[in-house]
Amino acid sequence: MPSRRRALFVIAILLAAGLLSLVGALLVGSYAIAPGEVWARLTGNGGGTGGDIVLGLRLPRALAAFACGGLLALAGALMQVLLRNPLADPYVLGVSGGAAVGALSAMLFGLPLIFVHGGSFAGALAAVVTVFGLARGDGSWTQSRLLLTGVIVAAGCGAGVALILSLAPEQKLHSMLFWLMGDLSHAGSPWPALAVAAIGLALVMPIARDLNLLSRGDLVASTLGVKVRSLRAAVYVLGSLLTAVAVTTTGSVGFIGLVVPHLVRLTIGNDQRVLLPATALAGGALLVVADTLARTVIAPQQLPVGVLTALLGVPVFLYLLSRQPKGGRE
Amino acid sequence: MSALLEVRDLAAAIGGRTLVSCLDLTLDAGERLAILGRNGAGKTTLLHTLAGLRAPLAGDIRLCGEALSALAPRRLAQLRGVLLQQQIDAFPASVLETALIGRHPWLERWAWESTADARQARQALAAVGLAELEQRDVHTLSGGERQRLAVATLLTQDPRLGLLDEPLSHLDLNHQIAVLELLASRARESGMGMIMVMHDVNLARRYADRALLLFGDGSAQCGPVAEILDAPTLSRLYGHPLRRIDAGGSDYFIPE
Repeated sequence: MPSRRRALFVIAILLAAGLLSLVGALLVGSYAIAPGEVWARLTGNGGGTGGDIVLGLRLPRALAAFACGGLLALAGALMQVLLRNPLADPYVLGVSGGAAVGALSAMLFGLPLIFVHGGSFAGALAAVVTVFGLARGDGSWTQSRLLLTGVIVAAGCGAGVALILSLAPEQKLHSMLFWLMGDLSHAGSPWPALAVAAIGLALVMPIARDLNLLSRGDLVASTLGVKVRSLRAAVYVLGSLLTAVAVTTTGSVGFIGLVVPHLVRLTIGNDQRVLLPATALAGGALLVVADTLARTVIAPQQLPVGVLTALLGVPVFLYLLSRQPKGGRE
Repeated sequence: MSALLEVRDLAAAIGGRTLVSCLDLTLDAGERLAILGRNGAGKTTLLHTLAGLRAPLAGDIRLCGEALSALAPRRLAQLRGVLLQQQIDAFPASVLETALIGRHPWLERWAWESTADARQARQALAAVGLAELEQRDVHTLSGGERQRLAVATLLTQDPRLGLLDEPLSHLDLNHQIAVLELLASRARESGMGMIMVMHDVNLARRYADRALLLFGDGSAQCGPVAEILDAPTLSRLYGHPLRRIDAGGSDYFIPE
């Protein structure tokens, strides 16, 4: 029986986990800083090199990781409902492919970072508009048509990426590969991504119960009073925009968008009113932890964060899956 | 007091083929109508048209005195419920959660299901014999249990008009009768009107007040079951000869 009290309990726990992950990210790094010094700098009465590293490098990077993890996980949960397919992720409809073509093109021509971000966002939007326009077709808007259009556009983008990689001079390949696997070292200001994550969550919460019905089929949702066509269009556009912002900030970090919604679903069930905020928080926390590890395990060298998300997520996911009782839940 | 459902000059088509034309139909509260016809005759298409899930080709449908197309989706879902031919469970959910989706049209945007809603869902689950299974995942249910859950969801929705597409599919004999008795008592006690797509002529004769026969070429016949269901008409309807036999005062139709 779904209840508001249980939802608030779950969200409080995940908020605490998110905060804990951020604190950890501030304390850990290749330059050792005492916890007292971190605290002093955060509360505004300290300084020195350690303080600059905490406030100027670690904090914005950790916040960007939190925002993008949340964006990707939320977008993944929305795509799984929209396509009614547990294997859907934020990238399945070609958003990240379009972004990759845009970003890697900018890198190929040696353009400054701002153009890499701009190219990534423009590429993502181009993919969204293409899929949206083609998938509507005769207006039927079935999800198999949407999925097929998205997968084909993604495949086209994949060919574009392969072409760019084969044309690129060797010294640029390294940064291109990092972009493709996801990398937070060029994230920039975390505030746009944080704002978009908050707005996205605020937009989906009022329609979360309608999404519960949509996940049970368009016809069922229609018979119970959901305006299915406009809801589907809204979910598609919102999910794609969230993904575009995340990919623009960090490159195409894999795994979070596919697996975090499943982790949360396996733990607390599929009620979107709990699942969506819980997924956003869990995704944020997981990416912060993964990024902290990515910049510390073989410091001073950094790993692409996408490698860590998968290395962390796969065992956790497999454990939860095997623990699931056969007969029922709870 | 207007009728629950009033249909005038209705035409419905699918894939360019007209399945129903010039249909007039009135259903009062507490009345049960069975729709009979061959596969592809347009039974589901007609049911979905009456439910407002697809637009009619022509004609006028009024539900509780209001034009169907003018009703807001949420209001429509309070007035009419639909039992679909197939249930899709892409994600895990408990039996109780699934019955509770019937309360969706009655809840305000930010409201959660109350204990009264849960009581209503549990009563419906008990009525179809699923009370013991309320915590089970829907994926672990048998076909018949899933079908009874769909009936319970419709009863939890508690609409004035129920449109049921093959409510007996997957059900064993015992549960076919139990579900039809349950629906009959709901029609009697709370005045819920029902339109049921059925394949069993004898059960339709026993559990419906009237029958609507769809011949698949646009023509249809409607009337009280005792008058309209006879061997020649049914033989024409199904394209297979049927014979009426008398078994101790009640008549049954069997295929030749």
